[in-house]
Amino acid sequence: MEPAGLTRALDTIGAWVLALLWFLPLIYAVWTAFHPTEFAARFDLAAPLTLRNFADAWAAAPFARYFLNTVLLVTMILAAQLVLVTLAGYAFARFEFFGREVLFALVLVQLMVMPDVLIVENYQTLRRLGLIDTLLGIGLPYMASAFGIFLLRQTFKTVPRELDEAARVEGCGFLKMLWLVYVPLARPVYIAYGLVSISYHWNNFLWPLIVTNSVTTRPLTVGLSIFAAVDQGIDWAIICAATLMTSGPLLIAFLLFQRQFVQSFVRAGIR
Amino acid sequence: MLDLSKHGDGLFAATSDMTRLSANVHGWLLLLPAAALLALFTHYPTLATVWQSFRSTPKGSRPSVFIGLDNYEAMLEDPIFLKSIVNNLVYAAGTIPTSIALAMLMAVWVNQNLAGRGFLRMAYFTPTVLPMIAVANIWLFFYTPDYGLIDQVLKLFGRGGFNWLGTKDTALWCIIVMTIWKEAGFFMIFYLAALQQIPPSLAEAAALEGASRWYYFRRVMFPLLMPTTLFVLINAVINSFRLIDHVLAITRGGPDNATTLLLFHLWEVAFKFWDTGYGAALTVVLLALLAGLALGQYFYFDRRVHYR
Amino acid sequence: MSFVSVRGLKPALAGAGLLALASVLPASVEAQNLTFYYPVAVGGPITKLIDALAADFEKENPGIKVKPVYTGSYQDTIAKTLTALKGGEPPHFAVILSTDMYTLIDEEAVVPYEELAKTDSDKAWLKGFFPGFMENSQTGGKTWGIPFQRSTVVLYWNKELFKEAGLDPNKPPATWAEMLDYAKKLTKKGPTGNVVQWGIQVPSSGFPYWLFQGFTTQNDVRLMNATGTETYYDKPAVIEALQFWVDLSRKHQVHPPGIVEWGTTPKDFFEKKIAMMWTTTGNLTNVRNNAKFDFGVAMLPANKRRGSPTGGGNFYIFKKATAAEREAAFKFAKWATQPERAAQWGIGTGYVAVTPAAWETAKMKQYVAGFPAAAVARDQLPHAVAELSTHENQRVTRALDDGLQAALTGTKTAEQAMKDAQREAERILRPHKK
Repeated sequence: MEPAGLTRALDTIGAWVLALLWFLPLIYAVWTAFHPTEFAARFDLAAPLTLRNFADAWAAAPFARYFLNTVLLVTMILAAQLVLVTLAGYAFARFEFFGREVLFALVLVQLMVMPDVLIVENYQTLRRLGLIDTLLGIGLPYMASAFGIFLLRQTFKTVPRELDEAARVEGCGFLKMLWLVYVPLARPVYIAYGLVSISYHWNNFLWPLIVTNSVTTRPLTVGLSIFAAVDQGIDWAIICAATLMTSGPLLIAFLLFQRQFVQSFVRAGIR
Repeated sequence: MLDLSKHGDGLFAATSDMTRLSANVHGWLLLLPAAALLALFTHYPTLATVWQSFRSTPKGSRPSVFIGLDNYEAMLEDPIFLKSIVNNLVYAAGTIPTSIALAMLMAVWVNQNLAGRGFLRMAYFTPTVLPMIAVANIWLFFYTPDYGLIDQVLKLFGRGGFNWLGTKDTALWCIIVMTIWKEAGFFMIFYLAALQQIPPSLAEAAALEGASRWYYFRRVMFPLLMPTTLFVLINAVINSFRLIDHVLAITRGGPDNATTLLLFHLWEVAFKFWDTGYGAALTVVLLALLAGLALGQYFYFDRRVHYR
Repeated sequence: MSFVSVRGLKPALAGAGLLALASVLPASVEAQNLTFYYPVAVGGPITKLIDALAADFEKENPGIKVKPVYTGSYQDTIAKTLTALKGGEPPHFAVILSTDMYTLIDEEAVVPYEELAKTDSDKAWLKGFFPGFMENSQTGGKTWGIPFQRSTVVLYWNKELFKEAGLDPNKPPATWAEMLDYAKKLTKKGPTGNVVQWGIQVPSSGFPYWLFQGFTTQNDVRLMNATGTETYYDKPAVIEALQFWVDLSRKHQVHPPGIVEWGTTPKDFFEKKIAMMWTTTGNLTNVRNNAKFDFGVAMLPANKRRGSPTGGGNFYIFKKATAAEREAAFKFAKWATQPERAAQWGIGTGYVAVTPAAWETAKMKQYVAGFPAAAVARDQLPHAVAELSTHENQRVTRALDDGLQAALTGTKTAEQAMKDAQREAERILRPHKK
């Protein structure tokens, strides 16, 4: 229902006030990052702009390496997830096999019982596998994503059977059918899922904190937390700069692709 | 000629091309990698944790032994544990309804064709894109007494100088506000997607009938958004127990355990004090809580959800 | 060494194979690669200084590569170290809080220096540290840690604000009574009735027990026994000391209320929000660089006596390292604590150079002549006591921290808070009293 006149004006004002409030912290962080430390708490509009904080932050900790680690980690997890959830979703959607319902229920358990909660035991498991302090160790518990399996099963179920039959007639085995028919039709879901996965794992903190011990495996979030460790004298300008640097890529990607982001959620029918 | 219709759902089962055995084999094979990982990192640990919770912590050369319910008894005597449960419940009650309500409001606003819609959407959603660590650092600055942003604004009104994070009564609320700021935008997206599925004809019909906006919202929109609300609710509940990055980064449970959440206490016990037996017991409690809340919500709402 | 690649297993096996091979080769043949964890708890470019230290060592000792890994605060560092230890890959050596000694011994993680100090010169070196710092480094007749970045708590004061308040800017408070009196004169309220300048600030976030030990030592009471199996949180003198701290904010209102953040205390000082502060001498260089006013550094005021806890980190060498690696780490520990270098470290940071010999070097003498404040922490050493250290150290100090925070926020009375903390500590230490 599109409001008009006064209600519309009130809506607009309300929405804007909230938006400004919501945006304020970020603006503040940006202000602090681009001005010298003395102006962190003062809003002198004539204050000089500087990139010094970013340079200092960059030099103070191996952020380049952290970036690399994070990109590798996120890519690895997503790639594995896409393969695994596709196969599993296909199995649940199209194959009648023994114990299907029970297994699906067991899969759904992971929606509630995430690896983040089972840190104590999962850590022991990684230790026995010798995967402590490796990127693989960080990613492994997340690769079989119940959320993904659920989504893909849902999506694959909606694929019209006529397409199956048509493909069969062409002589497709079921794997080929998966690749030629099902996967392309689920594209919006893959995109939406990919976006969720990337942002989740880019920002994940607790599990990587526990698993990693060295610079060569630490992702950005852990690197940032160590860098901003409260025991040191806190230099807000540098910390804000470092904070913006670590969230930068996602932020910029989002700002550029906002519309597609939202659209993909709509099309994926995630409700 | 293939006849899949006999087996509804388009399932590959006992057809001329695929025997029942074949369907089973293929189904299981496809599922195997995912199932193996799930078993290894979800199901096995859950069982192992329950098992571990009845044993003591190995120390140096002393091995772990069966001690029955000792860990659970220790839990009941542990004042920090009880505090953390209370804190977590308060935290959940503070963050969940507010962020969901805000998310719905934001979605409704963004969905309308208001001026500067792009900016609105961006402003609401941006906090979600930031890692919680970053959010915590930024807000720590705000909460700093005197020259932090909040106190500076308050100074304009002649107040301020308040130690937000260092005072027991306000510390948890500071964390709550921070979380709402981060989460509301995320839930907004789901509502937005759902709103765009509602046919405009409904709104038009309501308008024709002379229904007020509030009436339309309450009787039409809200029920239609129920599936989303359920989804978002479960997400929010899980998050309220799972996300402790901010506590780790800025309060570390202080002051005097005012911001200690259950998972944080678990982390301290298991990874700072290395008391793995007790940590396992705490995990069991956390799992039970999560399972109980999630299932409870699901069954409660399932009856009320209006599916189309 | 740690597993560093994505596919962990193959290189891990290869690495293990190499390591096995390396351990049978004579030590002089191949390069040692040492991983070294270190924390930073004070402001300043410490990371750069450590990296420079490592680079200098490598230059003088070709064949040994040292990789410093910054692991956050002291608490982060011990957590990380234990995590790495339990994961099977501890660092070769690390700078860890001197108080974590019992924890590391209980985990059978570290080697005593007596095993490595074989020659006479080594033994002499081992004896060359300030005794005040060795209290937290030795137990059972063995030395488990070597002092590296050690400190005491000192009082910094803003001379300008003293002048403004009508106090002699060159005379810091020498007793509790004086400190309270000066603080009252130095606390200023703004036009709205809110305090804009506090007389005194003693941080209470993170590890309040350390600052608290200042108060208790000055009240002539100890918090634990020498073997780390007992605590004395509920002794009347301890409760009295806590009451004094609590009263500063709650009764006299010369100290900010609630829990005061450690990390922002220096900045509060620079911003002239506070006139006096208690913090580590390790912040000295930081304060010197950033305070745009004349300031002074003094020993903590006395009550029944002068006193301060020592603080800071020691070098520990880990058992899991091979014999050759331990030797290499031992070399580094010796090298870093040579008088010249200890002096350099002290000057660069503000930490107390750990040997008397360091203070006799020309560089240090010159520095102290130009900046007498640097010697205050050292002069306080005769009055210094061991930092709180027991078995299950993290948990036992946590019990005290919680109690302190409860009292400072007014949730519990000082007496109740300390009694509860003592009960908790006794419960934790029970298995160790056998």
